[in-house]
Amino acid sequence: MKLAVTILTIAALASVPLWLRDPYLMNALITTGIFIIGAMSLNLLLGFTGQLSLGHIAFFGIGAYVSALTSLGFDVGLPGGFRIVHEPWPPAVGFVLAIIVAGLCGYLVGLLSFRVRGAYFVIVTISFAEVVRLVALNWVELTQGPLALTNIPSITIGLPALGSLTLRTKLQNYYLVLAVAVATYLLISRLVHSHFGRAMRGLMENETLAVSVGIDVTKTLTLAAVISAGIAGAAGSLYAHYIRIIDPEVFAFINTVTMVIMVITGGKGSLAGPVVGGLIFGLLPVFLRPIMAPEAQWIAYGGVLIVILFVLPRGIVPSLAQRWAKWRSRPHAAGAVSFSERDVKENA
Amino acid sequence: MGSAATALKVEQVAVRFGGLVALSDMNFTVGEGEIVSLIGPNGAGKTTAFNVMTGFLDPTHGCVSYRGTALNGLKPHQIADLGLIRTFQRTSVFPNDTVYDNLLVGLHRQGRVGLFEAILGLPRARSSERRLRERASELVEWVGLARRAHDLAGSLSYGEQRLVGVALALAAEPSMLLLDEPVSGMNASETHTFVQLIRNIRDRGVTILLVEHDMPMVMSVSDRIVVLNYGRIIAEGPPDVIRNDPAVIEAYLGQGASRA
Repeated sequence: MKLAVTILTIAALASVPLWLRDPYLMNALITTGIFIIGAMSLNLLLGFTGQLSLGHIAFFGIGAYVSALTSLGFDVGLPGGFRIVHEPWPPAVGFVLAIIVAGLCGYLVGLLSFRVRGAYFVIVTISFAEVVRLVALNWVELTQGPLALTNIPSITIGLPALGSLTLRTKLQNYYLVLAVAVATYLLISRLVHSHFGRAMRGLMENETLAVSVGIDVTKTLTLAAVISAGIAGAAGSLYAHYIRIIDPEVFAFINTVTMVIMVITGGKGSLAGPVVGGLIFGLLPVFLRPIMAPEAQWIAYGGVLIVILFVLPRGIVPSLAQRWAKWRSRPHAAGAVSFSERDVKENA
Repeated sequence: MGSAATALKVEQVAVRFGGLVALSDMNFTVGEGEIVSLIGPNGAGKTTAFNVMTGFLDPTHGCVSYRGTALNGLKPHQIADLGLIRTFQRTSVFPNDTVYDNLLVGLHRQGRVGLFEAILGLPRARSSERRLRERASELVEWVGLARRAHDLAGSLSYGEQRLVGVALALAAEPSMLLLDEPVSGMNASETHTFVQLIRNIRDRGVTILLVEHDMPMVMSVSDRIVVLNYGRIIAEGPPDVIRNDPAVIEAYLGQGASRA
């Protein structure tokens, strides 16, 4: 049943370019898809370990910059008269490096803050994102600062026997993002259903008890942070090679907030939650734009957010799943009612 | 007693919180395969002693060792890896998971497979997963909660939750089990079943240290009893000796009782 829904959803999403020709909408779907990947990575931390990363965009931005710089090449001077000259490498290598470097950053942030956790983790992640933004803004020699990195090449995929394919069109990028999103979904699904995922859940629900049966807190949480950051880095890399220009604004706090909104409304701790929340809040601005003034769009955006959280406080997917489960157990309830009705008749 | 090897050894352990002495110069041992109870009035330091033995609290002074390994400075999960597993007085379950899933979390130590094996779903990870599920079903059956297996642990009665807590600890494959007031909140028949359970666990070769207030239960199940008062051991011996020890009677009933 669950598998069928998953396959149908993937099939439906894969069919979109066949009937949707509007390039503006395609563009919105691609960027939404990239943000959904980011939201899924955030959900791994927030929904499955209970740790809120309010600087999650840092890993996304680091992935974007690493991937862009790997494929553009750079020439920077370091203190002490050293120079690092890097010749451009294929974007696919940048994609892999983005995951590795972002994952390493996740490791460092996790190691620093998981000794104390909770509010401290939130603060460390916010600070980390701000520091990274300032570096991107001020290390002009490497990042071009506010002038932005431009002309980032599109991703090229080497296909055996078919030669290589450069993904320039929206159609190609749509399928690339969809493929990475599906892979991410599978990875997180496998992870949370393995004993790693159970260790995470255990720690979130009752840390003392989890520790007493042999679960290593620091190791488990750091692992979640590394994987989460690595996925965010992959999303950032896709973003850089699709948009083909990035500047330090990518680190803006609002981007983290967008991901948090996608996770919370969709349902944290549910695999499909960030996808549902992401589609709603990724595409909402697209539909509001033609009918509203810019200021009104933000008000409507906030309104939708409040309504969802008011009606379905645990998030769309968990709340609906709960109602569905209740509805399914109704036949028993109905049986009990008819039984008592018969009793009444017999007594009468 | 009669057991040859020492499992747990507590030597000169003292715990002070600022000026408050929670434990002072505590010395006792538990032999392999023994059932030992640690009793004493409220505030005597029983739970503090448990916390020291399982790494949740560092002693101010002294040393605890298990099967020859000093536990000082080890984290709780490392002590669990030595086979020393505890239960808790209050928070004994993962309330938002089913009983069955609780036990799967408890089986963490048995299910360690590589990260990539787990993510890629390689055969070793899958067969390990299958083994864990079988083991969880066995355990749920063994503690008599099979029909509650798919209910949320938080929705169970207090007594049933204590059973889940014990099953969780058993899932971690202990060689020694520390039970912190396991029968508090249980009715007489639940307690009776629980005593049987403890004996069964011991017969599987698990050493047991018990903190408990229910005296009839302690007297019936223990091989040996250690009595704490104000952080000090005031008596130690088999149930019959403890029952008639004047110091123990005084600690529980006040001075007048021992004179009378």
